Amino acid sequence: MSYCSKDGRTTISLEVDGKRVKAAVSPRLLLSDFLRGPCAAKGVHVGCEHGVCGACTVRVDGQAVRACLMLAIQTDGSRVETVKVLGIADAMHPLQERFQARHALQCGFCTPGILISAQTYLREHPAPTRRDIEELLSGHLCRCTGYTPIVDAILDAAELERR
Amino acid sequence: MEASRASETATVLPLTAPNPARRTWVGAATLRAEDPALLTGEGRFIDDLSPFPSEHHAAILRSPYAHARITRLDVKPALALEGVTAVITGADVSAACKPFPVGIETRPVFYPCAIDRVRYMGEPVAVVVAEDRYIAEDALELIDVGYDPLAPVVEIEDALHADSLPLHEAVGSNVVHDRSFAYGDVDGAFANAEEFVEAKFVFPKYASTPIETYGVIAHYQRAADTYVVHANFHGPFILHSLMAQALQIPSNRLRIVVPPDIGGSYGIKSAVYPYIVLIALASKIAGVPVRWIEDRIEHLCASSSSTDRVTWARAAVLKDGTILGLHLDQVDNTGAYVRAPEPACLYRMHGTVTGAYRIPAVAIRNRLVSTNKLPTGLNRGYGGQEQYFTLERLVALVAKRLGLDVIEVVRRNLLRKEEFPYHAPAGSVYDSGDYHAALEHALELADYPALMAGRESARAEGRLVGIGIGCIVEPSGSNMGYISIALPKDLRDRSLPKSGCTEAATIAIDPLGAVTVRLSTTPQGQGHRTVAAQIVAQELGLEPKQVEVLAELDTQTSAWSIASGSYSSRFAPVAAVAIRNAARKVAYKLKAIAAHQFGVAFEDVDLVEGAARSADGTHVTSLKRIAGAAHWNPSSLPDGMEPGIYETAYYSIGLLRPPDDDDRVDSSAVYGFVVDLALVEVDSRTGRVDVKQYVTVHDSGTVLNPMIVDGQIRGGFAHGLGGALFEEIAYDENGTLRSGTLADYPIPTASELPTIVIGHVDVPSPFTPLGAKGVGEGNAMSVPVVIANAVADALGANEVRLPLVPHRVWEMLQPNAVEAR
Ligand code: FES
Ligand code: FES
Repeated sequence: MSYCSKDGRTTISLEVDGKRVKAAVSPRLLLSDFLRGPCAAKGVHVGCEHGVCGACTVRVDGQAVRACLMLAIQTDGSRVETVKVLGIADAMHPLQERFQARHALQCGFCTPGILISAQTYLREHPAPTRRDIEELLSGHLCRCTGYTPIVDAILDAAELERR
Repeated sequence: MEASRASETATVLPLTAPNPARRTWVGAATLRAEDPALLTGEGRFIDDLSPFPSEHHAAILRSPYAHARITRLDVKPALALEGVTAVITGADVSAACKPFPVGIETRPVFYPCAIDRVRYMGEPVAVVVAEDRYIAEDALELIDVGYDPLAPVVEIEDALHADSLPLHEAVGSNVVHDRSFAYGDVDGAFANAEEFVEAKFVFPKYASTPIETYGVIAHYQRAADTYVVHANFHGPFILHSLMAQALQIPSNRLRIVVPPDIGGSYGIKSAVYPYIVLIALASKIAGVPVRWIEDRIEHLCASSSSTDRVTWARAAVLKDGTILGLHLDQVDNTGAYVRAPEPACLYRMHGTVTGAYRIPAVAIRNRLVSTNKLPTGLNRGYGGQEQYFTLERLVALVAKRLGLDVIEVVRRNLLRKEEFPYHAPAGSVYDSGDYHAALEHALELADYPALMAGRESARAEGRLVGIGIGCIVEPSGSNMGYISIALPKDLRDRSLPKSGCTEAATIAIDPLGAVTVRLSTTPQGQGHRTVAAQIVAQELGLEPKQVEVLAELDTQTSAWSIASGSYSSRFAPVAAVAIRNAARKVAYKLKAIAAHQFGVAFEDVDLVEGAARSADGTHVTSLKRIAGAAHWNPSSLPDGMEPGIYETAYYSIGLLRPPDDDDRVDSSAVYGFVVDLALVEVDSRTGRVDVKQYVTVHDSGTVLNPMIVDGQIRGGFAHGLGGALFEEIAYDENGTLRSGTLADYPIPTASELPTIVIGHVDVPSPFTPLGAKGVGEGNAMSVPVVIANAVADALGANEVRLPLVPHRVWEMLQPNAVEAR
């Protein structure tokens, strides 16, 4: 995909889910499109492209950010992590396991973004309250679950990790 | 929380296993087969797929006006942009396409793109196909369009005015449908009444807004003259036929493939079908495969929503609260067009219009109006929230007028379990239920006496606290005949009668004994793959993880029918039975082969733990070997048996008939029940409504997977609360959309949704072999009116308008507030 027949391209190099990536991109290419397109990181979901739904949340240099509100060129030299860094199907991260056990996902479209936010948050806040998690989730929209099971799953995972 | 969890399972009736030696999976809270992929970023949603090489990307130019004539459309500057392949306009569409069929007599013309007039803000005007989406969007800005604005028609009551400018000139009026019905002795009921309760009810337009937007990838294959389209569509349903008719091709030249994962729909994605036609045409004209992924702004202005409705209702009652009859004058607004399956919004609840009560007589006038708003369609609860807003507000007003406790009025009218199967006056036949037990269970879970006492003491402190209740019948599995009741009998009689609620499933066993199930229910998060594996595992004596279930649907290779897809909560009562029946066909064949090999009677073979066994235990052969014989060694099969194992079952609930000559229709297959109780507090300074307690008790028949059932209940609740407190697709008086981003269309977040208490009083349905009833829509139907009832109680108000956003509630609190707003 070109994205830039009328602009010059800039070469960026970064790390995506532990792999070195070097690419020539248009300055206007969104990080979400860059990750889903050339990087094939399909776990980055796009629900609004205006920073409200949280589905596109990824980690850039340790910070949870909305990939739809960043340009790919802003991540030159960065470390980008998507849901892929949590765990794989037969070795899931405690958050993923608890999401399954609590039925905290239905269609699963919002889930990767929430997992990244939760993992990032729990690193700095290992003993959150229910209210803390509800506030964390206020940056994410889920239309399927009513959130209660998501809050339960994140609290469970925090507890598991504290053990 | 613990207490509520316990209550969630306490009254679930167990399913009896068909064979005690075989493990029971149906009814277990099996973990979902869908989850590992979704949790690890390996879901396969529409925009994750690349089915065609060298695809191009589409962007759609949309009308900035609510109502205007298109006076000029020049696409040349856009075509000149490097990277642009084609631009498709209304002229191309009307040349290649017929209007979509419409299910009402006046047939307002509907194409997937504006032809010479735009009728809502966001209506497609042109499609650009380019090498990438960025270029396509650049090109949109280069298209030169001239508009001559016309007078907009925005609200229902504007459209009812004879002098409103007709949106559809050929129809000549914005009232595009008008039918009246009467059931039972309505005049007698009103003559015998001791009191009349009369009110006008207004219900807003909102949308379930899935987080994944619409997506279509179309490829017109010239040599075969066939459109192959991948789309996150949850048909095919009757809509496949409509698309083929619009494209003027034999229906086997429109191949629709639905991806394994859909990021939510709640009904909304059924309306992707005009875009399937539009992008299919774009592919044909551009000569390349075309991908279109809707953006959120497009979704909010131009996808789909529920209808707004105004109802003038009148109830004939006795002083003890008995409801003798109803008059309902209902007007639904389907927006700019009557897009199929509309006018179903008015008819989905038709047979069920008297709800959970013994109301013997009802007169109904149904009208549809066209306005310059987004066209409507399926939306979780479809028609139910509008219907119950009227009925349950009316019950609350009856209690208030008569000075009775609303629970007393409910008890007096609520159907008793001896009355089932209950023939409702407008035609629905309610299968089973114990509504009074469910009500008592809800009162107990909520500790109703304590709730009442709490309300009184809070009120003594000057706080605004209210209690709301709602009892609703939750229909599931739509009878495909119900929509035809929109047409008068003589017109109905001219076309093929329609009835039933058909679904299909296919099960294959390969030469190494591995089992694959293929569904046609196009799930969007409801866990159909998990439940199908539970059912098949139970029938074949396997474990669910040994059963592979495919959710992809392909209209060329899947078994499907006129009702196939996912809507009207039809998986549990209908599709689950098709799956079970297909598994039984497979089991029959496996047992017949085993009996032949063992030299024992068919009845003496059972399938247990991955093997066939004879009753006396002397013969045991693995499923792999038995299935292997069907593939590798046909000569070893019983005489006359076909080789291979590949079985399809179709199932429809046999009781469903077309509408009768008196316009009665049993509009759904089975009928669940929901009773909700809410306690709210209104902040008198801000108008904010706080839901302090919410209890919901369900009759979902036999529960196939309790974890998934409660997940559906929570999801339905979230949608209902969104409609009650936050969401409205709002337009200003010019028809300009005011809720065009997710910042302006407030979907509830985690801090806004209370934790609910779920209870069950499940009575299996005798009308469907597994006994299961649909469950996902009940709370989407009940919550808006239950919250409205609670807020009305808190404020002592008679008229309540949704959504109960703080400024609206605050205005209601002002001393000079006028009731009619
Ligand atoms: S897609 Fe980025 S926040 Fe919604
Ligand atoms: S699981 Fe569907 S949106 Fe969250």
